[in-house]
Parts: sequence; structure tokens; C-alpha cells
Amino acid sequence: MDFSTIFFILVGALSVGAAVSVVTSRVAVHSALFLLTHFMTLAILYITLDAQFLGAAQVIIYAGGIVILILFVIMLIGSENLDTRAGYRSWVPWAGMALGFVLVAGLAFAILKAPLIPATLPANQGGVPDVVGMYLYTQGILLVELVSVLLLVALLGALLLARRPIWDTD
Amino acid sequence: MVPTNYYLILSAIIFTIGAVGVLSRRNALIIFMCVEMMLNSVNLTLIAMSRQWNNLNGQIFVFVIMAVAAAEVAVGLAILIAHYHHAKTTNIDDINVMKW
Amino acid sequence: MFNLAWLLFAFPTAGALIILLVGKRMPQKVVGWLASAAVIAAFGVAISLLFSLIGLPAEEQQITITYWQWMTIGSFQIPAAVLIDPLSVTMAMVVTGVGALIHVYSIGYMADEERYQRYFFYLNFFILAMLTLVMSNNFLGMFVGWEGVGLASYLLIGFWFDKKDDTYGWYADCGKKAFIVNRIGDFGMLVAMFMIWSTLGSLVFGEVGALAHTLAPATATIICLLLLLGASGKSAQIPLYVWLPDAMAGPTPVSALIHAATMVTAGVYMMVRTYALWEMSVPAMAVAAWIGALTALLAATIALVQTDLKKILAYSTVSQLGFMVMAAGLGAYGAAIFHLVTHAFFKALLFMGAGSVMHATHGVLDINRLGGLRTKMRSTYITFAIGTAALAGIIPFSGFFSKDAILVASLDQNIPVYIIAALTALLTAVYSFRALFVTFHGAPRDPHLYKHAHESPRIMTIPLWILAILTVFAGGFNLPFLLPLEHWLESSFSHQEKISVTVEIFGIMVSIVLSFFGLLIAWAYYVRKEAWPATLTKPFLFLRPLFEHKWYIDQIYERVIVAPLKAISSWFARVFDPKVIDGAVNTVGAVCMDAGEAVRKLQNGAVPTYAFSIFLGVVAVLLYFLFMG
Repeated sequence: MDFSTIFFILVGALSVGAAVSVVTSRVAVHSALFLLTHFMTLAILYITLDAQFLGAAQVIIYAGGIVILILFVIMLIGSENLDTRAGYRSWVPWAGMALGFVLVAGLAFAILKAPLIPATLPANQGGVPDVVGMYLYTQGILLVELVSVLLLVALLGALLLARRPIWDTD
Repeated sequence: MVPTNYYLILSAIIFTIGAVGVLSRRNALIIFMCVEMMLNSVNLTLIAMSRQWNNLNGQIFVFVIMAVAAAEVAVGLAILIAHYHHAKTTNIDDINVMKW
Repeated sequence: MFNLAWLLFAFPTAGALIILLVGKRMPQKVVGWLASAAVIAAFGVAISLLFSLIGLPAEEQQITITYWQWMTIGSFQIPAAVLIDPLSVTMAMVVTGVGALIHVYSIGYMADEERYQRYFFYLNFFILAMLTLVMSNNFLGMFVGWEGVGLASYLLIGFWFDKKDDTYGWYADCGKKAFIVNRIGDFGMLVAMFMIWSTLGSLVFGEVGALAHTLAPATATIICLLLLLGASGKSAQIPLYVWLPDAMAGPTPVSALIHAATMVTAGVYMMVRTYALWEMSVPAMAVAAWIGALTALLAATIALVQTDLKKILAYSTVSQLGFMVMAAGLGAYGAAIFHLVTHAFFKALLFMGAGSVMHATHGVLDINRLGGLRTKMRSTYITFAIGTAALAGIIPFSGFFSKDAILVASLDQNIPVYIIAALTALLTAVYSFRALFVTFHGAPRDPHLYKHAHESPRIMTIPLWILAILTVFAGGFNLPFLLPLEHWLESSFSHQEKISVTVEIFGIMVSIVLSFFGLLIAWAYYVRKEAWPATLTKPFLFLRPLFEHKWYIDQIYERVIVAPLKAISSWFARVFDPKVIDGAVNTVGAVCMDAGEAVRKLQNGAVPTYAFSIFLGVVAVLLYFLFMG
């Protein structure tokens, strides 16, 4: 049991705990904050996995963008505490939990049973920013262009959707 | 080096928690958050395997997923706000226009 | 000359096609003469075939001309071929000769008919089908003709399909009855053909004849009984004769041609053609002889009390056909064909005479309303009298010689059958002269009808005279002890054994006595109005209602066969079809709808349920790949 394993277990436990809290929290803002914690733990894990650029990107995009957006929306539209669940789907949470257990068990079984294929490529420097950047702007340039188009479309879409509907302004 | 299997199992747990959350909660925003958690668990898997195989493609894939997730959040929240203006509620049990 | 045989079929076909396609635009006379010319030309071809055949020695008198291979399915080979031999040429001459005379007669008889062209088309088609029947060299070709004449008969019996009266009901129903009853016979023919092919491997007459001796007696008996069923349908024997009296609903020339001279003889022709099979089965031949004899007697008793002139002639036809079938059953094929030929002449003559009477009385044929017509219709009377004499078997008319040949054959082989046949001959004489005397002699019973009666136009009386002449002299075809016709036909069937002189003379004597006695009875009772015939028949008077009701056969068939069949059909239509078949189909539909109802519930529009189903799918696929992949 060396230091990296203990570290991983601690961070992993924190991550799982935050995830469970997201799901079970009664107050929406608390859920958002727990989500933020979860994202930060994941960023730490990415860095331990030699994906430094992505760890930073995780913090910037997810923690700094998406969670902020969600918090804005929570403030904007409020979120009442809903207690009752519709009759026709009262069985869904319990069935979902049961299915969840099955899924976890199945996945764990698959992961532990399957032999891990060893690396065929030589060891490299991992995901440091200049390596990732060099790749992105030489071999993955198409990806970059497509992603930019996607973001543009999303921008326009969000803009259009968030406008006041016409019948509301009269 | 931490064995890759640990990361994979952690990712499976987070994915399941996210799935159960999608099924259990009624508030559309909470469901959104759970979906983002599921996406992140997949990111974790990809990066772990990328390190296992010394292949940078995993990390590039995660990069694209992040971009897509960001775009999706933006549009999805816009839809949610538009729906709220119309229905004055975020309870997904009330969205059943597609009922027979 | 034989390579012109195809013209036999070409002429009627051409006539039929021309009338079918452009008949409406041609004047009636042209249509009638065109149809008659086609048949006369066919008769000419038949004559030429006859002369070509006579020149050849007996062994070579079986000529087969194959036109094309009709069916070739593995080992099942059927050629479209004609067999030119004495039997088929004789039949062809009768068909085309009598047919031509009837065509000419029809020109006058049907002159007022609106559907003139249709009539002549049907007639030409009939001639074509009948020639196919008699000339074909194999069972299947003959069967094509067999069905064709059945179709023509149906069409012509129900020619006035929109007419309905008390004697016949709907005329269309009479055609239906003929067709359906014939179908039963056709079933027998078909099964017999199946058995012949499966046991002997061929349907060509010559080959079947050569191989017939290989049949087991039981198989041969079954085949022959089935063939007898077919003959009973076409030739109106017990139990399938019931359609013939109703067939009188058709125009009288049709009755003359189809139901006296030609189509009804198809069964007898078929029995003679398949002689080789019959000779392998003694029981079947005995059955045929008895059926023929009993039919003859039954029909003669019914004819004795009928009041409609055509119905008398119809039952008389059934009776005479019984004689022919009886002769075939006794192995006297030459006598059977001889009687077929003479019967064609005198029965066609009698029917055409009846048609002449109908022409004069505007359709009234109830003999109780006629009488004394001999002064008004001399030609018709004289020719009718000649026909009657031939029918009754008065020497020296042709009917005497042909009927006598049959009677002598039965005397030689089967005494009980002979007694029945002799009794029938006596009754035949009585009823035929009864018809003659009541219609033409005595005082007219209906003055109005009598006043308007007149002789028919020459176009109708000339064929009558031609047939009368033939009736008088046709006896020469086959005089006893000389038997030229029989010898000529022998190459088509087995050698006929000679009958001893004593039996022959005895038979001739008895026939003469019976026929004249019958004439005497009829003369005394119906012309002189003497009392002694009544005293003679008083012991048998209790049978009269039985005869008048036609032995209740029609009623029995109605009760035993038709009504249960209709009940079963009705059950199927009202119960089985709606409940079971429609029920099954509707159940399939209902199951689909219910399944749809159930599946529809899945579409509840609630997102969480959909999310659950997606999740479920993912887990299912994962587990599949884990444990099965």
C-alpha cells in the first residue's frame, strides 16, 4: 500500500461521496455545490493519470463553466422541493436502484475478469499541454474545426431558445 | 502506479450513481447534474485507458467530449428555461405531451 | 387422304369463329347457312376418310395421325392425335351427317329467334367438341371432347335461360341439372383414367388395349365400373338419367342432335372403345348389361304415361340407350353401334317431327290437346310414322334389325336380361304408336289449335324426308347373317362370336311378334277405342301412379341427396364460415389490436419511464456480452 494508492482511495471516496450527495440532496443549490466538489476531485484524478492539460480543462470548463451555468439557472427559475412522485412511476426509483446494483456488479465483474492488454506504444510524456496542443493543431485539426462549429451552433441555439416567446410580450 | 482497474471500477460506481440519480429525481436541474456526472465517469475511463496504452487518442477524445458537454449544457438549460416560461414548473413528471 | 383429317375440325372451328366474331352483322340466313356449310363440309371430309379406309385391308385400318405433343411431363405423354379407324369414322359420319341435317332444319325452326347467332355458334361448337370426342386417340383427348359436349349441352339446354314455365321450371335450372349430374359421371371417368394410367402407364387407346390383359381382375372391375359411371352420366342410365327429360327445355333441334343422336351416344362409344378393359372383367360387363336392361324397362314404363310429346321421346331415348349399353355389356359391340346409328336416324327424325308439330301448334305439345293432325301436316305425319315404326321395331324398318341384333345377343347369353329386353320392346311399340295415334289420328281435341295448324316450311320438311329415307333403308347396313357393318367395325374391337342359326331365327320371330302385338294394342286402344286392351292391362293398373310419378326417383334424389347437400352447404355458409373461418381471421385481428392496446401503454409520455427503459437496455446488453459474448 504505497502513497499513491492511499491518495487514490481518499480522493476516490471523496468523489463517490460527493456524487451520492448530489443525488440525495434536497436543496438544489447544495446539489450544485456537491457537483462542483465532484468535478474538482476528478480533476485531481486526471492529473494523477498524466493528463495534466485535461485536468486543467476540467476545472475551467466543468467547474468554472457548467456548474456556474447551473447555479445561474437555479437562481433564475428557482427549484421548489417536490415531495410527491407521480403514481405511474413510483416504482421507477426502486427498480432503478436494483438495476444499478446489477450494473455495478456486472461492470466490476467484467473489469476484474478481463485481462488488461499491455501497452504497444512506447512510453511518452503523457498529456502535458504542449504535447496535446501539438497533436490537436497538426493531426487533429479537423476535430478542432468541428468542435468550434459545434460550439458556434450551440451558442446560437441557446441564444434563440432563451428569448422571450412572442405571445408572452403582449 | 495505481492499477488501472481501480480507476475503471471507480468510474463504474460514479456512472451507476449518475444513472440512478437520473431515474430517481423529479427536478429537471438535478437530472441534468446527474447526466454530467455520467459523462465525467466516461472521461475518467478514457483517460485511464489512455495512460494504460500510452495512446494520446483517449485524451483527445475526452477533450471533444468536454466540448460537446459544454455545448449540450448550454442548449439544454436554454430549453429548460423556455419550458419553465411556458409551464411554470420544472417537474419532469408533468412533461407528458407525448402521451398516447 | 388421311392427311386431310384435320379439316374435320377446321371447318366447324372456322364456322364457329366467324359466327362468334361477325355473326351479329350478318343477316340471319347467312349465319344459318354458313354454320350448315361448315358441318356439310365436315361430312364431306368424313366421307372421304371412309372411302380411304375401305380400300385398306383390315389389319391396317387403324391409322393414327399425331398433330403435336400436347403434354409431356416426364413419362406422362399425351399427343394431340386422331385415330382414324372404322369405329371413329362411322361415328364421325353420324355426327356430321345428322348434324348437317339438323343445322339446315334449325335455319327454319329458329327463324324467329333473337339470339340466332349465338345458337348457331353453340351448335358448331358442339359439332367440334363431339368430333374431338370420337376422333381422339387417347382418353384425355376424348375427355376434352366429353367436357366440351357437356358444356355445349348446358349452354343449349338453357338457351332460353330467362324463360320459366310449369313443365320445366326455370329453363336455366334444367341446364344446371344436366351439367351437375353429368359431373358425377365425369368424376367416374376421371378416376378411371387415373387408375388406367397408374396401372398401365398409358392413356392411348391402342396401347391400353394391348396392355389390358396385364390388369388384375379386381382392378379391371373397378376401372370398368367407374367407366360405367361415366357412361351413365353421359348416356343417361340409372342412376344418372334424370337430366335427360329436363333437357327437353332446350330448342327441339338441340334435343334432336344432342340428346338423341350424338352426345348421349358418347357413353356407348366410350364403352366400345375401351372393350379391351371390359373383356378383362366379367362382373363389370354383367353389371353394365343389367343396368342397361333395367334402365330400358324403367324408361319405357314412364314413357307409357307421359303426356308431353317431347318427354315421351326423351324417355324413349333413355330406354333405347339402355338397349345400347346392354348390348355393350353383353359384348355385342357391333349390335350396339348399329343400333346407335339407326337410333340416331329415327330419333332425330322423331324429334324434328315433334319440332314441326310445335311449329304448327305454337309450342303446345300436350298430346291430350292435339289430335287429327295428319290431315293438316302430311309430310310431318308420314315421316313421323316412319320414325315411329322404326322405333317400335317393325320389320323391315332399320330399327327392327338393330334392336333385333341386340335382343338376339341377349337371348344367346343371358336369358333374364333377354326377358326384360323383350318386355321393353313390347312397351316401346305400345308407347311409340300411342304417341303417333293420339297426336295425328282421331278427332282434334282442341279445335282452336287444330284450326291454326299448318305444315312446316320446306327447309324443315326436307331434312325430315332425308332422315326418313335413311330410316327405311339403313337396316341394310347390318342385315342378320350378313352383318356387313359389324364385320367392317370388327377391326376396332374383338371378333364377335357367331350366333347359332336357331337362336337367330327364334329371336327374329319373337321380335316380329312383339312389335306387331304392340302396334295392335295401341291401334285398338287409341284409334278404335276398343276395350280389350284395358281388360288385358287391368292387373297392372296399380302400377300406373308409380309410372306417372316417374317411379318417384326425382323425389327420392331430392330427399336423399339434394336436400342433405343443401343443408350441409347452408350449415357451412351460415355457421362454419362466419363463426370458424371469419372467427379465426377476426381473432387474429383482435389479438393484434389487443396487443397493440397493451403495447400502447408503454407510450405514456413520461420521460423517467423512457430513461428507465434505456437503462434497462444498457444493462441487458452488458450482461449479454458478459455471459454470452
